[in-house]
Amino acid sequence: MKKFDKERVLLGIAAPLLAIVVAFLVTALVLLATGKEPFNAFAIMFDYGSKSDSQVYILNKATTYYLAGLAVAVGFRMNLFNIGVDGQYRLAAFFAAALGGALTLPGPVQIPLIILCAMIVGAMWAGIAGLLKVTRGVSEVVSTIMLNAIATAIIGYLLQEGRLGHLDTAGTKVSTKPIPESSHFFEFPTTPSPVWGFIVVAIIAGIAYWFTLSRTRFGFDLRTVGQSGSAAEASGVNVKRMVVTSMLISGAMAGLVGMPTLLNDSYEYSGDFPVGIGFTGIAIALLGRNHPIGIALGAILWAFLERGSGQLEFQGYDKEIVGVIQGVIVLCVVIAYEVVRRYGLKRQQRQVGAKLAAQARNSDKQEVSA
Amino acid sequence: MRRVSKITTACLATAALAFTATACGASSTDTAETDSEKLKIGMAYDVGGRGDNSFNDSAARGLDKAKADLGAETKELTAKHGETPADREARLSSLAEGGYNPVIAVGFAYKDTIDEIAPKYPKVSFGLVDSVADAKNVDSIVFTEEQGSYLAGVAAALKSKDGKIGFIGGVDLPLIKKFAAGFEQGVMDTDPKASVKIQYLTTGTDLSGFGSPDKGKAAAQGMLDKGIDVIYTAAGGSGAGAIQAVAAEKGTWAIGVDSDQAKDPALSKYAASIMTSVVKNVDTGVYELAKSVKDKKPLTGTHTYSLAEDGVSLTTTGDHLKDIQSKLDEVKKKIVDGEIKVKTTT
Repeated sequence: MKKFDKERVLLGIAAPLLAIVVAFLVTALVLLATGKEPFNAFAIMFDYGSKSDSQVYILNKATTYYLAGLAVAVGFRMNLFNIGVDGQYRLAAFFAAALGGALTLPGPVQIPLIILCAMIVGAMWAGIAGLLKVTRGVSEVVSTIMLNAIATAIIGYLLQEGRLGHLDTAGTKVSTKPIPESSHFFEFPTTPSPVWGFIVVAIIAGIAYWFTLSRTRFGFDLRTVGQSGSAAEASGVNVKRMVVTSMLISGAMAGLVGMPTLLNDSYEYSGDFPVGIGFTGIAIALLGRNHPIGIALGAILWAFLERGSGQLEFQGYDKEIVGVIQGVIVLCVVIAYEVVRRYGLKRQQRQVGAKLAAQARNSDKQEVSA
Repeated sequence: MRRVSKITTACLATAALAFTATACGASSTDTAETDSEKLKIGMAYDVGGRGDNSFNDSAARGLDKAKADLGAETKELTAKHGETPADREARLSSLAEGGYNPVIAVGFAYKDTIDEIAPKYPKVSFGLVDSVADAKNVDSIVFTEEQGSYLAGVAAALKSKDGKIGFIGGVDLPLIKKFAAGFEQGVMDTDPKASVKIQYLTTGTDLSGFGSPDKGKAAAQGMLDKGIDVIYTAAGGSGAGAIQAVAAEKGTWAIGVDSDQAKDPALSKYAASIMTSVVKNVDTGVYELAKSVKDKKPLTGTHTYSLAEDGVSLTTTGDHLKDIQSKLDEVKKKIVDGEIKVKTTT
């Protein structure tokens, strides 16, 4: 039994590894086609990406990506495609920033309040899609995409002077009121720049995700519904309730996505608050096979690639090349998983077949001897 | 239970590894700053970069001039969609580290980043376009967009047949509202019976309004259908669509923005319908900063490029303004003398 597990782990690692290797090969071809030397580009990326300040950047960026990956993965495990993580985290971060800027409570009270506010807003926003799905049968793919657009519009409406926005002195930037210094999240005083303390929250979220899914009744139900709704229903699981709950959890997790940036970096929500992380989260969840450690590795890889892109541009390469690598990785991952899955299935069938054949031979012999 | 502890240790080990890793190794910013005599200019563009036929291109012209006249070496980096403050910091510090001086950031999105980065490189001069920085070694290059837009409003009111005038803004950002405010005031001061319809293509954090010619075209078409005959578009790349729509309708005028859009290779075929463009001479600001660094007297503090010193102006390509030029000059003088105060908010 234990040996079998090991092989499964190997197969599990084979897919993403294969994907990354193929992705780099394809990128090398693209670089060659544009008349640039590919290995030098990779050398620049690895060299620059392993510098100490790059490590800090990668960890900080991966913190955000990890949370996004988890938020998407919760849905994936349930066979729900939450494309709305993007709108959920932006709306959540916006309201959390507005709340944080309006209050001046002591940090230990205010920080949890801001985080809680973000999680609730994210959960509510995702919950709309969950409710629509169970009551009206609206596909969550459609509703969450639309909710993304609505979130953009709501933020656009409220982020105006006289509403929740305030104008800077140059009169060019509108943002929420900055969060008071006492409510900034702690940092690890690494050199040359600090690692955001929110990484601790991300790790806790990862452990909670793993524990809930693989060690609780709820997690079991969730995975069962994901694999077969009717089977789960038959065994007494309230599928509708599971859909709403898992959307709420996914949304609450999405609410955390904007927090590292808000509480450790920008301290306000303005027009240039990062957008599109929800979509990155989808790629990372795919890359990490919805596994908490896999997602972490995916997030770190993604951050590493982005770190390299700036340097590539500086060295005269087209920075779009990193976009090509990322795109190809996702594509390769999907293909590689399917290939490995089929191979694994075939292998299993062969093994079972061999076992059965051996059994049959044994019983044959017994019959003969009998 | 055994598996639980295994995975927990794995998690902890990963975390521990991650932290120890950050503490060691050389930093990419360890390289020493080089003090060479040659002028090296580092440019960090806003989203869109060189080739947007508008705002960024105006800055690029200043850079090209510095390259030609001052013999400068240049490096140009461009912002991506959806990036974080950390990305902007990395961009500016890599330029400063690379020995580029001055380092010029184009766009107000860089404000906080400049305040963060500039104090770390006291020997480098920074430039910030469209916002005001707090750090000492920064030349904040700002423009009185509302004054140029006011003049455009005067021209629009004089040229319109029945006083129905439109304004299309890319995104409802404060900066674009400055354009709208000045324009509206210019129209109303000239022709109190006129009306200005103000429309923004997108709102808030959705910046696609700056890069969607289709949205610009649809908005302009809607205005034309309502009988509006002069449309001023301050919407970056979306403006091309609006100009195209206006050009298809006889007897209507488009007003361009940031660069002389009648001379734009992609838009010059519509030049007969482009009354004028409100030019923001970002190139002047960029060039002056580069020159000041070359002369070892780097500019610092806030420099407002106003109508008085042609920081903003109306173009006369095609001579469409000939008949009203005297009136415009008169108004310009009043603004410069402070007789007319132009609003910055609608």
